[in-house]
Amino acid sequence: MPDRMLEEPWTLSPSVALRPEPFGALAYHFGNRKLTFLKRPELVEVVRLLEHHPRLGSALDAAGIPPEQHDAYAAALRALAETDMIRPRHQEAV
Amino acid sequence: MTIAPERPSTPQARPEGGSLVEQFEFGLDAPICLTWELTYACNLECAHCLSSSGRRDPRELSTEQCKAVIDELQRMQIFYVNIGGGEPTIRPDFWELVEYAVDHQVGVKFSTNGFRITPERAAFLASTDYVDVQISLDGATAEVNDRVRGAGSYDTALKALANLRDAGFSDAKISVVCTRENIGQLDDFKAIADEYGATLRLTRLRPSGRGADVWDELHPLPEQQRELYDWLMAHGDNVLTGDSFFHLAAYGESLPGLNLCGAGRVVCLIDPIGDVYACPFAIHDQFLAGNLLGEGGFQEVWQSSPLFTELRSPQTGGACTKCQHFDACRGGCMAAKFFTGLPLDGPDPECVQGYGETALAGDRLVPQASKDHSRSQASRNAPVLLNLGATRRRPVSACNEDPLAGGDLS
Repeated sequence: MPDRMLEEPWTLSPSVALRPEPFGALAYHFGNRKLTFLKRPELVEVVRLLEHHPRLGSALDAAGIPPEQHDAYAAALRALAETDMIRPRHQEAV
Repeated sequence: MTIAPERPSTPQARPEGGSLVEQFEFGLDAPICLTWELTYACNLECAHCLSSSGRRDPRELSTEQCKAVIDELQRMQIFYVNIGGGEPTIRPDFWELVEYAVDHQVGVKFSTNGFRITPERAAFLASTDYVDVQISLDGATAEVNDRVRGAGSYDTALKALANLRDAGFSDAKISVVCTRENIGQLDDFKAIADEYGATLRLTRLRPSGRGADVWDELHPLPEQQRELYDWLMAHGDNVLTGDSFFHLAAYGESLPGLNLCGAGRVVCLIDPIGDVYACPFAIHDQFLAGNLLGEGGFQEVWQSSPLFTELRSPQTGGACTKCQHFDACRGGCMAAKFFTGLPLDGPDPECVQGYGETALAGDRLVPQASKDHSRSQASRNAPVLLNLGATRRRPVSACNEDPLAGGDLS
């Protein structure tokens, strides 16, 4: 079964800044001061696109991530959510 | 420039994917850990001071120059900076600069011996976000601490910690340089940290600055290194190390952290006059990449200096690459090797496989200190080790007209 997260709206946390790096990006959270490295340019693109899409799945499509990799990306994004790098967009919940 | 251990003759391309450590070996667009020593002036004269601090350098950056540096750090998205010295709070504009940095999205962690952390300052610090305080303490008892840091410095540090706790400042850091004399006190340090609601930070004694004078006497003995490693394995999750002890990884399991020499790759040091060095433990001409007052500013030094470019590739040659533990310890600390006169592509002087002791016993030439801001005369409260142990001559003032100034009278 596909990851439920793929159907949800997500966004980069407002406290997070992304710094481009040759391998991807460095994400810094000004609130909890956590530093995380996004090791793939594709993942950086997905994270940047999140807020413009109604669901995570369509952000992955827009970033050109093949459907068979969506679950793997959902797992990576879930890890980012644990430190509040990304968060659910509750205001759009129906 | 041939500072770095042997590197591939044709520049290697950055690999795609791979581990973060492999990526970090090729450097970053901006440092992730930047240390900025704001002043060489200090009220203490610790025997092992890695920046040989004491006297203010007259060329110290002005307030406006410091603010321009902060502006540039913000542009480069350097999200926080470790401020030290000397004793940074001695600068009359210290608090102004801290506020300026925080207002420009550059968080600050500053190191202090605590003498200016009054109840009022502690209350101010408790009211700000993005400011972290690190109090230096090198003994869990006054006896052990004051021997290297000077009379009264233990009480000063504990008073500062008490002021911070009482003001409601949470999670101050207690920074301990691990020595032969305090390795046996690790549990006691942890107890002090718990008592003050603080986090313990343990770092390695480097033979840098005045540390070169006392390193033989103070660096942990081999069995103490094992004791430290075991203690870190047991408590590592709640103790910070600044990635200090990656040379211990050759015991087996890696400690938390990068386990990589980040010099010029992910870390660097800005000194009080704007000189940029490869790492905080390498204040020496050999590791000077440039000065940020130059036209291209800090960004150009970081991204294009010949020294940093050279440091940004994996080591491929040297005795250590043939060792089965090389992947774990990566040959250890460059500064520790340099300041003990060992080849940079050979073992760390504290190599846990014992290769360091063999290397230390061989021919070596310990480099002369190239920067020294030590006071010309030790003060009344000077640490015991500085009075008894140090053999290096104090710097000679340019104004000293004594014909024997600086002469060796022994």
